[in-house]
Amino acid sequence: MPAAAALCRDCLHLAPAAPGARPRCRACGSPRLVAHPELTALAIAHVDCDAFFATIEKRDDPSLADKPVIVGGGRRGVVSTCCYVARTYGVRSAMPMFKALDACPDAVVIRPDIARYAAVGRQVRAMMRDLTPLVEPLSIDEAFLDLSGTERLHGAPPAVTLARFAARVERELGITVSVGLAPNKFLAKIASDLDKPRGFAVIGAAEAAAFLDGKPVGILPGIGAVAQRRLAQAGFATVGRIARADPARLVAVAGRDGLRLKALAEGRDARRVEPERETKSVSAETTFQRDIAVRGELEPILWRLCEKVAARMAADGHATRSVVLKLKTADFKLRTRTVSGLPPTQLATRLYEAGRRLLAEECDGTAFRLIGIGAGDLCDPALADRGDLADPDAPREKSRADAIAALRKRYGQGVVQRGIVLREGK
Amino acid sequence: MKVTVERASLLKALGHVHRVVERRSTIPILSNVLVRAESEGLGLKATDLDIEVTETIRADVTQPGATTVPAHVIYDIVRKLPDGAQVSLEATGEAGQMVLRSGRSKFTLQTLPESDFPDLAAGEMSVSFAVKPADLRKLVEKTQFAISTEETRYYLNGIYFHTIESEGETVLRAVATDGHRLARAQMPAPEGATGMPGVIVPRKAVAEILKLVEEGGELIRVELSPAKIRVTFDSVVLTSKLIDGTFPDYQRVIPSGNDKSLIVDREQFAKAVDRVSTISSERGRAVKLAIADGRVTLSVNNPDSGSATEEVEVEYEASPLDIGFNARYLLDITSQLDGDTALFKLADPGSPTLIQDKEGAPALYVLMPMRV
Repeated sequence: MPAAAALCRDCLHLAPAAPGARPRCRACGSPRLVAHPELTALAIAHVDCDAFFATIEKRDDPSLADKPVIVGGGRRGVVSTCCYVARTYGVRSAMPMFKALDACPDAVVIRPDIARYAAVGRQVRAMMRDLTPLVEPLSIDEAFLDLSGTERLHGAPPAVTLARFAARVERELGITVSVGLAPNKFLAKIASDLDKPRGFAVIGAAEAAAFLDGKPVGILPGIGAVAQRRLAQAGFATVGRIARADPARLVAVAGRDGLRLKALAEGRDARRVEPERETKSVSAETTFQRDIAVRGELEPILWRLCEKVAARMAADGHATRSVVLKLKTADFKLRTRTVSGLPPTQLATRLYEAGRRLLAEECDGTAFRLIGIGAGDLCDPALADRGDLADPDAPREKSRADAIAALRKRYGQGVVQRGIVLREGK
Repeated sequence: MKVTVERASLLKALGHVHRVVERRSTIPILSNVLVRAESEGLGLKATDLDIEVTETIRADVTQPGATTVPAHVIYDIVRKLPDGAQVSLEATGEAGQMVLRSGRSKFTLQTLPESDFPDLAAGEMSVSFAVKPADLRKLVEKTQFAISTEETRYYLNGIYFHTIESEGETVLRAVATDGHRLARAQMPAPEGATGMPGVIVPRKAVAEILKLVEEGGELIRVELSPAKIRVTFDSVVLTSKLIDGTFPDYQRVIPSGNDKSLIVDREQFAKAVDRVSTISSERGRAVKLAIADGRVTLSVNNPDSGSATEEVEVEYEASPLDIGFNARYLLDITSQLDGDTALFKLADPGSPTLIQDKEGAPALYVLMPMRV
């Protein structure tokens, strides 16, 4: 085993690791040391902002600093982020708000201001791109980075570059990040979660198998509750079981996915850090203040979402051939309905037409808490809304939509509205 | 139930009804044909829940009764029996079997109870008119090829029949389109048809109706309700659900201002299109028409296999024009026209083209150009 290197995350001093239970940095005396035999060799990182939305709220309003803060959609809806104070009460993200408030009645609930968070997210991402062009964003607040070959550029191994980056984010943006450093994406993603918040964790290639051994299979990407149950029934409750399994048997249980799972279970992951991920779908959804069962009330909401999706498709240069309607019932059951093979379109009216037909079949008195609309099977907008003999109106509809977009750009979103939105709130 | 029937008439009747039975149905009873012996004769009925075909044939009924047997099996059995044979069918109460005897052959078929057989309750028919088989055949034949198979625009998956005033007379009109081409045929409206609701008859029913009208016969009775159509040919009755949707306003896409007239020798032109399109086996390949004074140069370019051109003499006096069409669609349309010549009315390379036998002909076709 090579001698472990120890990196001080405060002064960035890199030295051979000193023995002892609680080593401190020999240069500055800080206890925030990361020591690992492979520390200077690893280059794939996963960076995740700590309680991102809540941290920004606390940064912008210091009076919140030691209060439990939950960011989420009103009394209804779910927790999108909660601060670490709230987490001590058992609040978790994705928890329904009423449950969160049961657990932590004193929490300060803040409606998310996504635009503001996105701006901070972009600042963080810009700082990441200063380190390497290979930044693969996973969401607004996390990304994979591949720092291979950047040692000469930054004059330091990736571990040091990352520690410097984390310190810079804290200093310049006032939020904290956690870093996971590993030989591949899968392990890096797990590592970033180990030492949160303000963490820096390393999983090396040598210890990966031992580390994963006793972990539940749900830790593997792509394994949800259902797959986890199926694997457990087949005798694969832990990652170690999969790592030691006969590949043929795994394939019998998990199909084509079996071999991928085995590689991951052994700590191998050949996926590369892909800087530009292709957009596969564009969607928008909303959770209601109160459950809605009436179609006439759902439709105006659906229309607004369609406008949103259409505007985003237009902005990003997409058109679609399939529409997905998403509904969540009052008892949290998810329903998705898809219509595909549509003539390519970029128009809100066309999305709405398809979505409305799908919605009509679901409105059977069931109360819903959420509605969403998505555009999948994206294609070139040059093919969209050209019209044909059975659809002579498409070009006109398109120029109407273009005219409305131009008006809105000039005079604001509210300047032209469809009559249907007047039905809202009635 | 006990009944004896001539093999020939049973075969013909089974031939009519068994076609609507889906080969692979998830509902067992739908694989069966209903056999009912009663005083008028032997009634047969099959359905796929969208279409129902019934036929009654002369038979010697010893004991009335009804049961259901696998449609394709009984059809195949009767088909293989010798010409001129007599066939006896006997279902014996509880046993759940029907015995078919003919000469020295004996078949025992599993049955399902008659009471399980679905009835496509037709209900009240508000419109009723009679039409000659040849006339109905023309309407269907001329438009059927343009029916769309696209599922999302389900309202295009059939022929739209309606009555309309056209040049001072009421006509019964049939229209079909898949968005790329549109076919319109018409005939003077039969008595009783005027004011009928516009109906979309689904593709499968259209195909069955066409097979039945091809047999000729006496006047056909057509009856309509808002949701169903019933067509009666002598002893065969076909009932079908209609497509519940709104057919697009096709009149708007029929070009009226196309001023460039091109007249071709229909057969010569079709053959030339067929020849040049040989170079590309791919469906949907465009043939380019370079139209100039008195001449069309047809060309197909296939980067993989080569190219082809052919010149055809035509009547054309307007300014030169290059336009592309799907070769297949062009052939479909020219084969539906009746005259020696075909008239193309063009506007520009991006606009729909009108194709007819001649000016004012009752049947007309609209074709979207392709980019070439």
